[in-house]
Amino acid sequence: MPSTRPNQLFRNLNAKIASIPMILTAVVVFLGGTVWTVVYSFTDSKLLPRMRWVGLDQYERLWNTSRWLISIENLLIFGILVLIFSLVIGFVLAALLDQKIRFEDTFRTIFLYPFALSFIVTGLVWQWLLNPDFGVQSVIRSLGFENFNFDPLYNADIVIYGILIAALWQGTGLVMVLMLAGLRGIDEDIWKAARVDGIPMWKTYLFIVIPMMRPIFITTLVIITTGIVKVYDLVVAQTGGGPGIASEVPAKYVYDMMFLSQNLGQGFAASTIMLLTVMIVVIPWAYLEFGGKGKRHG
Amino acid sequence: MADVGLIDHAGTDARVDSKALEGPRGARPRRVLSRRNIILYGTLFVVAAYYLLPLYVMVVTSLKGMPEIRLGNVFSPPMEITFEPWVKAWATACTGLNCDGLSRGFWNSVRITIPSVILSIAIASVNGYALSLWRFKGANLFFTILIVGAFIPYQVMLYPIVIILREMGIYGTLTGLVLVHTIFGMPILTLLFRNYFASVPEELFKAARVDGAGFWGIYFKIMLPMSLPIFVVAMILQVTGIWNDFLFGVVYTKPGVYPMTVQLNNIVNSVQGVKEYNVNMAATIITGLVPLIVYFASGKLFVRGIAAGAVKG
Repeated sequence: MPSTRPNQLFRNLNAKIASIPMILTAVVVFLGGTVWTVVYSFTDSKLLPRMRWVGLDQYERLWNTSRWLISIENLLIFGILVLIFSLVIGFVLAALLDQKIRFEDTFRTIFLYPFALSFIVTGLVWQWLLNPDFGVQSVIRSLGFENFNFDPLYNADIVIYGILIAALWQGTGLVMVLMLAGLRGIDEDIWKAARVDGIPMWKTYLFIVIPMMRPIFITTLVIITTGIVKVYDLVVAQTGGGPGIASEVPAKYVYDMMFLSQNLGQGFAASTIMLLTVMIVVIPWAYLEFGGKGKRHG
Repeated sequence: MADVGLIDHAGTDARVDSKALEGPRGARPRRVLSRRNIILYGTLFVVAAYYLLPLYVMVVTSLKGMPEIRLGNVFSPPMEITFEPWVKAWATACTGLNCDGLSRGFWNSVRITIPSVILSIAIASVNGYALSLWRFKGANLFFTILIVGAFIPYQVMLYPIVIILREMGIYGTLTGLVLVHTIFGMPILTLLFRNYFASVPEELFKAARVDGAGFWGIYFKIMLPMSLPIFVVAMILQVTGIWNDFLFGVVYTKPGVYPMTVQLNNIVNSVQGVKEYNVNMAATIITGLVPLIVYFASGKLFVRGIAAGAVKG
């Protein structure tokens, strides 16, 4: 209390005043907002939030909704493929750029520029490129391959791969930059030692360099995963969730339930599941990164 | 290092180049057209072409007339260059009842981005400064919550913020959106500034305090002038991030003040009328132009920004 211990509260007062926005954001928006959403996911809120407790009803309904199940399935397929491909492509590109090549800056600039573009722009460009009448399919057919079929945006079975192509185009540059930073952090002596021992280059990468870059790989994995769970704008722009509901994703389910279908309770339950998904990845990582004494190589 | 290692790997070249290994000093004489180089540069060029292709298609499509597009090859260069699609996209393309083109969204985005960038950087830099040099009890707890909060999917906090903005009477306005961008920019920017100010030599800080400078005096007279590069990095991060935002724009504003990305999506994905692909692509380029210019102009600073943004801690 100010009257009893004025020194304690008013010491460093300017720093405390300057930190008010941070404290408000952390406590009210991040902590308070999250708790609020989780609590209200146990209510039957419709158009407006209301405190009528229904237990796990919203979750039960959620997991019985085919649109949500498709969203989760899409997220799983999309997520696993994005992880694998972006890590592999990102690492290979970084390794190629790390060969003391000419025009390194030019190549890096080209591989990274899509990352500066928004998901909306990315989605719209690839919507156009994958247009079956004018895009890649028609061009390859006109080259003489009459039976060539590739229309992911109009074929429910493969639509998620069309989104995957766009997402990889946009995001692999980032993975490449992170991997390149990791490769540059590897001691030159390692390479010299491997060469003296006559270890072929690919083996050096696979068995020496990549294990050394574990911290960078884990950090990149966390970044990609949190990005995947949030994927929304790309789908809205490229397919709008279609054809039908074939390319729906959880983030879009949340938005549509909250702001289009006046079904707040469903939106809260779905977003709580999204939160859980991210926690499953982030908590072990935070534990590894900040709990242990692991050294960073990046 | 790495390229020398390749000699062992690239079979035939190993024998040819092995003489060079005997000399201990100096650059290794290299044949430009070694098999290794052909594979290396060949791969890089093919991949680079793939990455550039969408940009190329965007540009050529936006310069064609619709009859030429219907002939059907997205990759062919325009036979007759026309800037009409650009004019139409900028000035007369329709979203709903408004037919004043993307220019409306562009100016909205400008009015969102500039105050958001200034406000978020001002707040976060002072925060980072307080956290690194004027630590008070409990500061780290709040900072930890802030950083953990950066991983929470935005969807979880969407509705609580709607309520907060509605209570403040700024839901649906540009002011509200500026506030939202300031809030969500805070974790990464605060981290960026905290780490930067923590690397400032402590003697400098102590000397200034001995001379009687206070919290704001040290910030404005010493810290601000010596940390301009990090401010530029923060600006790059924020300008591209806020300009490219879609979710917050669509949730927290109303059609009249939609930012450019939302308006672009509405123009291109509108179900009414005949699809004008050239106008759509022109609109898409125009929307991507601001972040692209920032990207190409900033060069390595952009890389520094995303590395700082990506690798937390």
